[in-house]
Amino acid sequence: MNYNWNWHIFFEPNPTGAGTYLDMLVAGLLLTIKTALLAWVIALIFGTIIGILRSLPSRTASWIGFGYVEFFRNMPLLVQLFLWFFVLPELLPRGAGLWLKQIPNAPFWTAAIGVGLFMSARVAVQLAAGIASLPRGQKNAATALGLTTAQGYRYVLLPIAFRIILPPLTSEFLNTIKNTSVAITIGLIELTGQARAMQEFSFQVFEAFTAATVMYLAINIVVVTGMRFLERSLAIPGYITGK
Amino acid sequence: MFDNLDFDVIRRSLPYLFLDGMSFTLMLTGLSALGGLVFGTLIALMRLSGYKLLGRVAGLYVDFMRSLPLVLVIFWFYFLVPYIGQWLTGAARPIRVGAFTSSLVTFIMFEAAYFSEIMRAGIQSISKGQPAAASALGLTYSQSMRYIVLPQAFRNMLPVLLTQTIVLFQDTSLVYVLSIPDFLGAASKVAQRDGRLVEMYLFAAAVYFVISCVASYGVRRLQARIAIVR
Repeated sequence: MNYNWNWHIFFEPNPTGAGTYLDMLVAGLLLTIKTALLAWVIALIFGTIIGILRSLPSRTASWIGFGYVEFFRNMPLLVQLFLWFFVLPELLPRGAGLWLKQIPNAPFWTAAIGVGLFMSARVAVQLAAGIASLPRGQKNAATALGLTTAQGYRYVLLPIAFRIILPPLTSEFLNTIKNTSVAITIGLIELTGQARAMQEFSFQVFEAFTAATVMYLAINIVVVTGMRFLERSLAIPGYITGK
Repeated sequence: MFDNLDFDVIRRSLPYLFLDGMSFTLMLTGLSALGGLVFGTLIALMRLSGYKLLGRVAGLYVDFMRSLPLVLVIFWFYFLVPYIGQWLTGAARPIRVGAFTSSLVTFIMFEAAYFSEIMRAGIQSISKGQPAAASALGLTYSQSMRYIVLPQAFRNMLPVLLTQTIVLFQDTSLVYVLSIPDFLGAASKVAQRDGRLVEMYLFAAAVYFVISCVASYGVRRLQARIAIVR
């Protein structure tokens, strides 16, 4: 292979004048983590609400849940980000549209909200499945104890359902982190974006992408290890997760 | 709010959007799904082969691919494929590779990791008696896989494989980062040329939505039909 490897490139100053190429990549890594965390919070909040709606006996509620999930699941994430970023400000009343366009850091907020809503549909499906997997006696017992539906969810169903779906939630969280890279298309310079920028400035393609790859692997290992610890400490004896 | 929109731009660009863009997207989806299935099955067989080293290598490949974002993998292969081509053909310099070939290689290698996990689950869902009966009948390992285990595994996993293909169909839109005119790329080109972002992106979203909805409805019907065989 006639490619000029230069692993020292990471310690050379980058053309923006602020630090080395390695600093660029680390800034990208931090932005990836920040975006993914905010997106994950949004995904959990909306996913929980929709997941509960899907599990309620009311037909209207489950239709709303079904429509929401189908809406966010049947369009590519990239197209959804374009809708939020390019289309939404034009369809709003003039004042609101202008305000949206002038928000500082628009790519960051769009990415976090866009990826968050996209992932919330997946969280909702997992949660609804988790609630459905609980024995019917759980809900009946909650009612027999005099809990209202809301209390039943709050104190009985959700705490168990969330622990059961912890393993699939881990992979959804990893997907959230990976999906933030799609926001490169609306101008968010996260880890993949910084690797791409480094490649364009320095022509050291493979070093740049190797570094980004190593960083993504590191995030994965940290998350998987952390979640395994969480799973073990939250396991309910006698349930699937508590082997 | 819809007064200054011009939806006629969609009608004018329909031939370009579908004959060029959508045919690229569908071709890429179909060939990647086929290639991903073939390589994915091989990887699954490696993992289940009982040879420690082979299984370890296959497992590492799957874990590695699954922990990287697709966008990064697309960039990797875009720059790597010319060098791989040079290495394979023994040429003096990195060979030129077209947009389609480059993205096809990317998606086959990437999807193989996901398809292999599905096929592995499918193979493991076959009861032990099946391969045991096959070897009692005197079939070799490859005959037993070819005639007994894989057909059943494939059939059991068909709905999951098709669902993964719908995800793949949506994911092919990410070749946008290489400015390749797939369906979304074509829509975006027209959008930027005519300054009609709103109309074109709404239309692209609607097309993806309808196709994915119809396809997943089809998968649900299929699942209901083949689920009760046992």
